[in-house]
Amino acid sequence: MKRLSYVVMVLGLACTTTLHAQEVNSGGVESLRGTATLDETKKAETMKRVIKDKNPIARNYVHQPPMVPHQTRGYRVDLNSNKCLTCHGWKYAAETGATKVSLTHFETRDGKTLSDVSPRRYFCSQCHVTQADAKPLVDNTFEPVESLGNE
Amino acid sequence: MTKANNKKGFLQYLKSPNSAGLWFILLIGFAGGIIFWGGFNTALEVTNTEEFCISCHEMENNVYEEYRETIHYSNRSGVRATCPDCHVPKEWTHKIIRKIAASKEVWGKLTGIINTPEKFNGHRRSMAEREWKRMKENDSRECRNCHNFEYMDFSEQGNRSVKMHKDALGTGEKTCIDCHKGIAHTLPDMKGVENW
Ligand code: HEC
Ligand code: HEC
Ligand code: HEC
Ligand code: HEC
Ligand code: HEC
Ligand code: HEC
Repeated sequence: MKRLSYVVMVLGLACTTTLHAQEVNSGGVESLRGTATLDETKKAETMKRVIKDKNPIARNYVHQPPMVPHQTRGYRVDLNSNKCLTCHGWKYAAETGATKVSLTHFETRDGKTLSDVSPRRYFCSQCHVTQADAKPLVDNTFEPVESLGNE
Repeated sequence: MTKANNKKGFLQYLKSPNSAGLWFILLIGFAGGIIFWGGFNTALEVTNTEEFCISCHEMENNVYEEYRETIHYSNRSGVRATCPDCHVPKEWTHKIIRKIAASKEVWGKLTGIINTPEKFNGHRRSMAEREWKRMKENDSRECRNCHNFEYMDFSEQGNRSVKMHKDALGTGEKTCIDCHKGIAHTLPDMKGVENW
């Protein structure tokens, strides 16, 4: 038994070293970094800009957290304050023209509805992210749900 | 003795050699005045710089560090707003009043009221409230030294900015600090603050 595990270990080690040796030459396979190999440093992409303000972005599936259609630089969300709720909170939404957070944001993990935003929905950018004008890095064939108004 | 006599007597006295002492005193007073006044204004200048403000670690380690991440420290045009730009009025009388009020900061320094980050954060709400009150009362005068509503080009601003500026700022219903709290520093606990 002990012998066998030795053999397995040695074999495993051999495998990883050969694999490692192969990785240096990508063999023409393209990853997100293009054909660059691990040991070379590629030139960085230029920074993408977040669009200052635009109309709401169409959703792709039911229960998708909608993407943020505006800049959020400098908006702090912490124990002391929540900048997002100064517009998206129910009290202020009418005045600011922002969409009210939906009532699902008041529900706890076990389905209880609280009188204010639930802790699990407090840190907005955990689910809602801003968008830059960038091409997708890889193609994908995802089809949005038709009922949500996507063509 | 009559009044006229009195006056004449004084003029004569000034002309007489006996008056040298008085002249001397007047001269000293005059020169001293210039030096004092100049020195006073120089002192005002010196204490109106960012270097002066952050010479106290209370100011440097907390508010200055926070401010360095914000738009007024680094932005596309390279124009900066320094501490006195927002906190010290430009106009002389207002400036003196603010400076005198600020002498309590020296006392605060001596007594160590905010000499640790914990103490600073504990005290932040009351400090912030005083600043909000000051800005609210003077219609955000210091902001308006640089940002003038008259010259805001709505076609360059974002939709959300335009909506809020046109509705509430244009009508004079609200002032900058009502909506732009925390523009340069971390906010204190905002519980109970209007609009938060
Ligand atoms: C100054 C007010 C303001 C602040 C602050 C703000 N928003 Fe918004 N938000 C808006 C407005 C206005 C809209 C656009 C509503 C429209 O055009 O229908 C919007 C749209 C959105 C939407 C899209 C809603 C939809 O139905 O598609 C999301 C998501 C969102 N914001 C998230 C956030 C998050 C997260 C934060 C904090 C990081 C934040 N917002 C801070 C005003 C604000
Ligand atoms: C755990 C993930 C999560 C967090 C955290 C979260 N949301 Fe959402 N949000 C969602 C999902 C999912 C939806 C879409 C379905 C729904 O309404 O529940 C949504 C919908 C919304 C909408 C659109 C509501 C509508 O009626 O169409 C707004 C606005 C919004 N969220 C704002 C916020 C704000 C502001 C915060 C922070 C206080 C926040 N969200 C935190 C997941 C999240
Ligand atoms: C001698 C050290 C020191 C210097 C220099 C200093 N501060 Fe302060 N500052 C303090 C202390 C201590 C407090 C807390 C005072 C209190 O609340 O009693 C304070 C409080 C403040 C507050 C809160 C306002 C308030 O009414 O409570 C502001 C704003 C402020 N400082 C701005 C500045 C600016 C701007 C400068 C430069 C012109 C500056 N400080 C220079 C030590 C200093
Ligand atoms: C010394 C001049 C000066 C003073 C004083 C000043 N600002 Fe600014 N402010 C600027 C400059 C410069 C910019 C950045 C311009 C740019 O985008 O390049 C700016 C940008 C801003 C922005 C845009 C933020 C963003 O994310 O795009 C807001 C909001 C703002 N200031 C509010 C205020 C408020 C509120 C006050 C008063 C407490 C104030 N400013 C005082 C010069 C000043
Ligand atoms: C009624 C609320 C309100 C008032 C009052 C207000 N602002 Fe704003 N301001 C906003 C909102 C909302 C935005 C856009 C969202 C953001 O950047 O947080 C904004 C954005 C800005 C911007 C960036 C504009 C852009 O789109 O690039 C500047 C600069 C600015 N405000 C300066 C000021 C100044 C200076 C004052 C006082 C003369 C003022 N604001 C008063 C709500 C207000
Ligand atoms: C763009 C304007 C602006 C600039 C620049 C600025 N402040 Fe402030 N400061 C404010 C406002 C507004 C408040 C009121 C509290 C808030 O809204 O964050 C404040 C609050 C403070 C307070 C009270 C504590 C707190 O966090 O509320 C201190 C201390 C202070 N500032 C010191 C400084 C010092 C030191 C500098 C320079 C490094 C500086 N400020 C630069 C606008 C500014």
